[in-house]
Amino acid sequence: MAKNDLLGASLWDAYSNKVTTLMNNPNHQGEITEQEAAEHGNRLIVADFGAESCGDAVRLYWEVDPKTDIIVNSKFKSFGCGTAIASSDIMTELCIGKTVKEAVKITNIDVEFALRDSPEIPAVPPQKMHCSVMAYDVIKKAAGLYMGVDSGTFEEEIIVCECARVSLKTLQEVIKLNDLTTIEQITDYTKAGGFCKSCIRPGGHEKREYYLVDILRDTRREMDEEKMKAAADAGSKGSFESMTLVQQIKAIDAVIDENVRQFLIMDGGNMEVIDVKPTEEYVDVYIRYLGACNGCASSATGTLYAIEATLKEKLSKKIRVLPI
Amino acid sequence: MQVYLDNNATTMVDPLVVEVMQPFFSEVYGNPNSLHKFGTASHPALSKAIDQVYKALNASDNDDIVFTSCATESNNWVLKSIFNDHIVNGDKNHIITTEVEHPSVLSACRALEKEGTKVTYLPVNHQGIVEPHVVRSFITDKTALVSVMWASNETGMINPIKEIGEICKEKGVLFHSDAVQAVGKIPVNLQDVHVDFLSMSAHKFHGPKGIGALYIKNSQPLSPFLHGGEHMGGRRSGTLNVPYIVAMGKAIELATTNIEEKMASIRAKRDRLEDALLELSDTFVVGNRDNRTPNTILISIRGVEGEGMLWDLNNGQIGASTGSACASEDLQANTVMLAIGADNELAHTGIRLSLSRFTTDKEIDYTIEHFKKAVLRLRAISSSYAKVGPTPGGESKACELHH
Repeated sequence: MAKNDLLGASLWDAYSNKVTTLMNNPNHQGEITEQEAAEHGNRLIVADFGAESCGDAVRLYWEVDPKTDIIVNSKFKSFGCGTAIASSDIMTELCIGKTVKEAVKITNIDVEFALRDSPEIPAVPPQKMHCSVMAYDVIKKAAGLYMGVDSGTFEEEIIVCECARVSLKTLQEVIKLNDLTTIEQITDYTKAGGFCKSCIRPGGHEKREYYLVDILRDTRREMDEEKMKAAADAGSKGSFESMTLVQQIKAIDAVIDENVRQFLIMDGGNMEVIDVKPTEEYVDVYIRYLGACNGCASSATGTLYAIEATLKEKLSKKIRVLPI
Repeated sequence: MQVYLDNNATTMVDPLVVEVMQPFFSEVYGNPNSLHKFGTASHPALSKAIDQVYKALNASDNDDIVFTSCATESNNWVLKSIFNDHIVNGDKNHIITTEVEHPSVLSACRALEKEGTKVTYLPVNHQGIVEPHVVRSFITDKTALVSVMWASNETGMINPIKEIGEICKEKGVLFHSDAVQAVGKIPVNLQDVHVDFLSMSAHKFHGPKGIGALYIKNSQPLSPFLHGGEHMGGRRSGTLNVPYIVAMGKAIELATTNIEEKMASIRAKRDRLEDALLELSDTFVVGNRDNRTPNTILISIRGVEGEGMLWDLNNGQIGASTGSACASEDLQANTVMLAIGADNELAHTGIRLSLSRFTTDKEIDYTIEHFKKAVLRLRAISSSYAKVGPTPGGESKACELHH
């Protein structure tokens, strides 16, 4: 919230000229009949997606040349707002001339991009990104009908945020890699949840199978479990020296979490592991003190020995702790 | 031609109202609380405005009508001060309201729920009306307040305020009504109904934005919402907004003088418009006309999504409104539409047209013509009216999940 948000967005002013033009005069609105397709020796495919009761519905018509699998003509019918009609229109245009297999690769991002006046400026405001998702869904359905397969087979991964096309796998990786703890961070890193917001938590514009809040919670839990496991493994096998660097840092973190950190926090301090460097004689663990630990007399003596002794006992006798 | 049919959102300020407020900007500008003549010079006009408001609502001299900045303030004041006076500092714990209230009541109630108050959101019937026996059945000895809107902004439907008031009186429960959509549109006679608190706003009856009022029966206790210089007898602090109070007095007088005649004239135009639009197939209007504010139509047009319709009307210079989820910033379906429970479709195909006493017959003719054209165009595009059916297996289930 700041100066520019005080008035609230004027929804329609954020539409590109292309959206406005196509809403007012869609080029491919209409139907293709069985008879027309047959006259050209082509196959007619008609697919529906959505329903009036959920606010958006689209019907896509394809006339496909069975010899080449090329979509020679395409039309649409749409129950929806201006952006839904414009998205449907541009979708048919993107389909025409492509083979069915090529058309399946058209995503909602392509549809939205084709509606832009200039490549840098989005064609629709964030909450309307969602309209183009229907186009992507109905194309998959039409392709499934033509090829006689379930449309689900075209989706190689589980998409959590349709608007920004972010997969479950990507989200889990980004959370782990960057140690994300909030939904806002997830949106900043991946754009997921930044548009129609349906995928953030239940109760939004549409029901979802996966929600960011659940993914965040589950991934965080998994991360904690991994940490515990790393610590347990290290303790039981005594194979600290044979671990990779990442595993070593995780194991050290886990031991510190379990045995040391709480005592530092009680005194208003904390610490972080900066680096681990194995040498011939030692495994040097570089740490940095935070908060009240910084400059505390004991941090160079008693506390330091306690940390080192704990790590030595739990992980490896070769560990030497060096504060920086 | 341009036609404004969104008068339930706000209205044009009547030029006669603008005229009476003019002198109070640069000529008579003193603070009415000052002792000097610059201050007291505004008193006759303020007294007149107060008289105009009391007369328009048939309020008793023992009642307080306190000017506020808007009805949102009035509604918040009642709810939060009742919470303070009777729940935090009393033995009550319960507030009753309805599912279809304006956000200024609903959001305030949700905030009070977070503070530990129990809130009952009463359902409405298929006409969008709160039934008195439902109100009665939810009142307990812990109920501090019943808050029911007089008329709905979305549907125009009028609640049985007299009956609900009697029930509250009998049960000894305080009763508040948000009368924003009633005052100036239909007769509001405070001697005829039992209401403890009543909110209103000038910009809904051709007054300016930024001025409203709260009626408090018998000057009963209600702790203040704004603390400060003890203006308005200590009930609402903040320097009196002189030009706007003067304007509100004039506006309410203009709106309520010969109100039956005005209602009949607006209703004739409304009914003509409604009849003409209902000639279109697959349409229906929410609520019967006799129990509706005379200026409002909420019509559902099958196969035409609300925001799309609004777009086409806007292209024809017609301003209307929709409860369609698509048209809202957060894509949330309209709670009022869903509460009526007629059909999920209505939440997406509803168009609200709200007239005023300034709406002309020519404007109605133009609207009928343009509206029908827009429906024709959008139905031609609509999948709901497509003739060629889907390839077997290509049908869609109702509201399926994207996956």
